[in-house]
Amino acid sequence: MQRLITWIDERFPMTTLWESQWGKYIAPKNFNFWYYFGSLAALVLVMQIITGIFLTMNYKPDAQKAFESVEYIMRDVEWGWLIRYMHSTGASMFFVVVYLHMFRGLLYGSYRKPRELLWIFGCLVYLALMAEAFFGYLLPWGQMSYWGAQVIVNLFSTIPVIGDDLAVWIRGDYTISDITLNRFFAFHVIALPLVLLALVAAHLMALHEVGSNNPDGVDVKHQPRDPVTGLPPDGIYSHPYYTIKDIVGVVVFLAVFSFIVFFWPEVGGYFLESNNFIPADPLKTPEHIAPVWYFTPYYAMLRAVPSFFATQVWGVLVMGASVLIFFFLPWLDRGAVKSIRYRGGLYKGWLAAFVVSFLILGYLGTVPVTVWGQFADGFPFYGADKATVVARVFTVVYFLFFLLMPWYTVRDRTKPQPERVVWR
Amino acid sequence: MNKLACLLLAVAALAAAPVLAQEGGLRMPPAPVNRLDTDSLQRGARNFVNYCLNCHSAKYMRYNRLTDIGLTEDEIKNNLMFATTKIGDTMTVAMQPADAKKWFGNPPPDLSVEARVRGRDWLYNYLLSFYRDDKSATGWNNLVFPNVGMPNVLWELSGTNKLVETEYEDHEKAEGAAIATRGISLVEPAQHPKYVVRTVAQEAPGRLSKQDYEAFVADLVNYLDYMAEPARNERMRIGIIVLMFLGVLFLFAYWTKLEFWKDVH
Repeated sequence: MQRLITWIDERFPMTTLWESQWGKYIAPKNFNFWYYFGSLAALVLVMQIITGIFLTMNYKPDAQKAFESVEYIMRDVEWGWLIRYMHSTGASMFFVVVYLHMFRGLLYGSYRKPRELLWIFGCLVYLALMAEAFFGYLLPWGQMSYWGAQVIVNLFSTIPVIGDDLAVWIRGDYTISDITLNRFFAFHVIALPLVLLALVAAHLMALHEVGSNNPDGVDVKHQPRDPVTGLPPDGIYSHPYYTIKDIVGVVVFLAVFSFIVFFWPEVGGYFLESNNFIPADPLKTPEHIAPVWYFTPYYAMLRAVPSFFATQVWGVLVMGASVLIFFFLPWLDRGAVKSIRYRGGLYKGWLAAFVVSFLILGYLGTVPVTVWGQFADGFPFYGADKATVVARVFTVVYFLFFLLMPWYTVRDRTKPQPERVVWR
Repeated sequence: MNKLACLLLAVAALAAAPVLAQEGGLRMPPAPVNRLDTDSLQRGARNFVNYCLNCHSAKYMRYNRLTDIGLTEDEIKNNLMFATTKIGDTMTVAMQPADAKKWFGNPPPDLSVEARVRGRDWLYNYLLSFYRDDKSATGWNNLVFPNVGMPNVLWELSGTNKLVETEYEDHEKAEGAAIATRGISLVEPAQHPKYVVRTVAQEAPGRLSKQDYEAFVADLVNYLDYMAEPARNERMRIGIIVLMFLGVLFLFAYWTKLEFWKDVH
């Protein structure tokens, strides 16, 4: 065995790669619950690729056959139902773990210097993931697939001057059609997975270059090393310590995942929408079009922004900005400390407001704007949809969290950050 | 961990919010179906083939799949197959979509996955709430699906219903009365501030008693629900094994973690 490894190492840096990326990577010893979601995201990515390969063997990207082929997978393909449910559940769970992973970044300031590029690669992964999910959602060719894609592609047609031509260029047709299905299939099964894998590799390489942050924000990598072990006082080797610990996280995650796959694959219409069991019908617009839950905060913002100067483009711009603004976090945050443990009330309050905004916008994006009725006579905003007004307020709060950050992180009364990590 | 619990609670509360809302004043009792009751599923398959499969196809459902619900291939061939002789065929109908469109306005939908679109409770209440309506083209109307294109095909079994409308002074009284009916009811605003409660009541009896007809519909809905996802019972059976396996694996994984981390201080 050792001879084989030596033989390979003389020709390819196998051991060097393994040791730099994981085997001898030194991680802080105080990772908590929030630090499971990175490895879980990697697990879901692998699962999506494997189940995706098997789905592709039986799926037909053809407007006449797509819906039928999904039912064929569900009924006639051996274990087809399991593969399909794993893929559909995996899509949603990918966003669950990625949102929790990003929230961890907000909690502990993981985007701060020197991890700016690491954070940006992560944001790019998130963007690619959104595109991947959007293209994939058209493939079952149900009513929600069809009309969801219609709504999103139409967003591009609001861009002045070139909009309409751009939308036609994206669709390859004047409506969502067989041609669109074919190209979305190509994007979903090859183009974006390649982009995603490359970005994830860059994200991991950047992480292993700068070292992990931790719940205390202590710079473990630059602590003086023990002359015997070569380890910093608060660092441990990720292998075997975090290998073993992450396996516990993986088992718990798989239990939740399996519960959904085997007992509740629709998750009450949030993971699989009931309208998507109706084949796509270009002549019949559904009464209520809602994207899958992971896009609903942005969808709620899109709907909340009123049109000015006879164009709807402002909503599209706000929606785009709400995602892109994450990229600027490393420069917006000027706090004296990284971790929420040593931040003051100002940051904690704003972070809470941001989370509440995100959740409420997420809920509002799943329901029609009429859900709470209109403001009655005598109230301000008389006649306006209550849900729209609430969505506007929380859209503003969402953006203020970012835009006021340079101000409130400086004003914040922080506690001193310790030299060594604290066990909790 | 406390903060996490609060977060999860908030998410759960948001997720539960739409479930509690009722659909536009419509109240529907749950369908009394049991997915493990193979007798009910077999009766439902018979009802489906005899009464639905003339107009509605189930083009993703293969006849031989019915072995899932305890039927043998011979039983399927002799009792349930009228349109075809090949056991591996799917449940198609002879009616052409173009003809169907001419006769009914809309072609009758394929019912393979209808239960996943509408849900059991909707289907059950829909089939129980047809009533006579001289103003509609078919002579029938429906409380759950107003102005539906489908006539009450099962009227010989169910008898005929009529619409009962009662007006109440305000919304609260109307809701109270609707709850008290314990059946299907629709509350809608009438002349302000009055509200009207709509229910159906039997006008003329059919071949089956009310209870027997409800059981007939429940079997049918149970079957439709099975047909929408034939692998469901197998899925849940395997799910229990998978979760038990993961439970054991967790114990080993956690114990290993504790052992390995003993020297980390």
